[in-house]
Amino acid sequence: MPEELLRAQNLEKHFPVTKGLVLMKTVGHVRAVDGVDFTINTGETMGLVGESGCGKTTTSKLLLRLENPTGGQIYLEGEDIQTFTGSKFKEYRTQVQAVFQDPWSSLSPRMKVKDIVSEALVVNRDVTQKDAYDRVKEVMEQVGLAPEQAELYPHEFSGGQRQRIAVASALASSPKLIILDEPVSALDVSIRAQVMNLLVDLQQETGVAFLLVAHNLATVRYMAQQTAVMYLGKIVEHSPTEELYENPLHPYTKALFSAALPAHPDDLGEEIVLVGEVPSPINPPSGCNFHPRCPFAMDRCSVEEPVMKDMGGNHLLSCHLYD
Amino acid sequence: MTEKDTVMEVNDLHTYFFNRRGVTKAVDGVSFSIHEGETLGIVGESGCGKTMTALSLLRLIPKPAARIVSGEILLDGQDLVSLSDSEMREVRGRKISMILQDPQTSLNPVFTIGNQLIEALGARGKRGRKEMVAQAMEGLRNVKVAAPERRLEDYPHQMSGGMKQRVIGAIAVSASPKIIIADEPTTALDVTIQLQYLRLLKEIQAETGLAIIFITHDFGIVARMCDRVAVMYAGRIVEQADVRDLFNKPHHPYTQALMDSVPKMDRTDRLRAIDGQPPPLWDLPEGCRFASRCSNVKDLCRNEYPNTSLLDNNHSVACWMTQTEWNN
Repeated sequence: MPEELLRAQNLEKHFPVTKGLVLMKTVGHVRAVDGVDFTINTGETMGLVGESGCGKTTTSKLLLRLENPTGGQIYLEGEDIQTFTGSKFKEYRTQVQAVFQDPWSSLSPRMKVKDIVSEALVVNRDVTQKDAYDRVKEVMEQVGLAPEQAELYPHEFSGGQRQRIAVASALASSPKLIILDEPVSALDVSIRAQVMNLLVDLQQETGVAFLLVAHNLATVRYMAQQTAVMYLGKIVEHSPTEELYENPLHPYTKALFSAALPAHPDDLGEEIVLVGEVPSPINPPSGCNFHPRCPFAMDRCSVEEPVMKDMGGNHLLSCHLYD
Repeated sequence: MTEKDTVMEVNDLHTYFFNRRGVTKAVDGVSFSIHEGETLGIVGESGCGKTMTALSLLRLIPKPAARIVSGEILLDGQDLVSLSDSEMREVRGRKISMILQDPQTSLNPVFTIGNQLIEALGARGKRGRKEMVAQAMEGLRNVKVAAPERRLEDYPHQMSGGMKQRVIGAIAVSASPKIIIADEPTTALDVTIQLQYLRLLKEIQAETGLAIIFITHDFGIVARMCDRVAVMYAGRIVEQADVRDLFNKPHHPYTQALMDSVPKMDRTDRLRAIDGQPPPLWDLPEGCRFASRCSNVKDLCRNEYPNTSLLDNNHSVACWMTQTEWNN
């Protein structure tokens, strides 16, 4: 039985929409994340897929505590992270790290690689600079770079190498969870495979868990043990990855899969073309969020909000079609 | 398949940049042709020269740093390389149009959509304003923009990315060109919107018989959209074939490696990564440009660039492996 590392419970983040400058009035809320539950297990990868604006990035910001939730809790090994303060909070920062999409903007151009990689240690663990550099050498080798290269600046590296540096700096504090926000989409096709293989190897070596935020379904298939599909701030389907890819149930998941590009000109499968675009999260549709675009919408879909049900084998689904 | 008319033929095109670093050979001997109603995909990684090839076709390469050094671009038998700047203006938009990657930056934010559509129509010849408004509306309707009469008054920021890309599509086809060059037009779009857009392009193509040159790094898009494919590496086309031939039997080691390095929806076995980096275009090796990353490399590869050999069914490859001397 895999061990639970992090659990989000009914997680919510509503951003106020305000009007006026001096006498600010709240006229509505952007429901970026609207009641999300999931569990990430130790040493496993959870994939989070969905289109832009579905709340993937806000969810990862909440886990990093870069944003505070407006409702719900996040537990790391059973402890509510909102209660962390002072040194406990600094410790949390070393436990949960992140790698972002664009290695051209996520690394400071004015810092040497060794200082970028050791920063999380020096700031959060009060390690002396010298001890930190020893750790830098270790992680540089782990990510496939030469330890001497730590003396260089980021501009002296190629895109794939920069992403390796970003991974090294996330890894320096031996975290339990790394949030990977589109870690390969800014890289060239031939380099993507290098970085994805590296991440899979590191997970096996160090037992770190990943939350993989991505829009490329094949990337998630390759790396994640379980996958959650988000639409407009909610998780609509969540299941072990293999089961989800072989047997997608939610109409949105099906549409997403059918929109994925084929690997061969002859495997153009059934195409579900969705009409229209994702509605505004300020005034989400009533009932099921997806009903205005759903090809199978029924009367009750616009009235009644579906609840998450287990369809067997941990395949969670929120859709009226399968009642 | 019936033989269709060749719309454009590019022969041995060279576009070089001249700067302090020396000569950067962005496009270094590229040849291809494209027929009416056909979609040609040009695939490659960043810096392989695919965008510079596209810009060369429109003669929009950055001046004075870059220059078309040699080669010819024949459109309806007319060589675009030898045209004067004012003659070239007549070609752009009317015979060849372009759709760029980022819809946020290719529309002017301070003019309405209608204004920009009418500007494109106006460049085609003077007509009455009323007529042009009607045509602009028709254009929007063709790209499936809902309620075009209201949308004409909108500014670009009032539209979503997918909608903007449709408007750009409408501008591109407004003068009924023969060729559209689409440079990664869906990279900035979400997957479900991408599918809508790719289908729309196919529909427009089926109606008008226009040829599309699709520039992309994604083999998925190639499989979805293209009839023929050219794979570019370090400024040259290394393999060119009909789309099914290329997917069924890629010959060039780079094409094979690139296809293997893409994760698939139905497989989780370890990805084969291509080690190393492409060579810098200002310091190219003498032999095959892929030699340093190729797993089958031999001495010959490092010393001499392979000729392009033609296999059956118009499948051409530039690799020593496919040539007879290799086996001896």
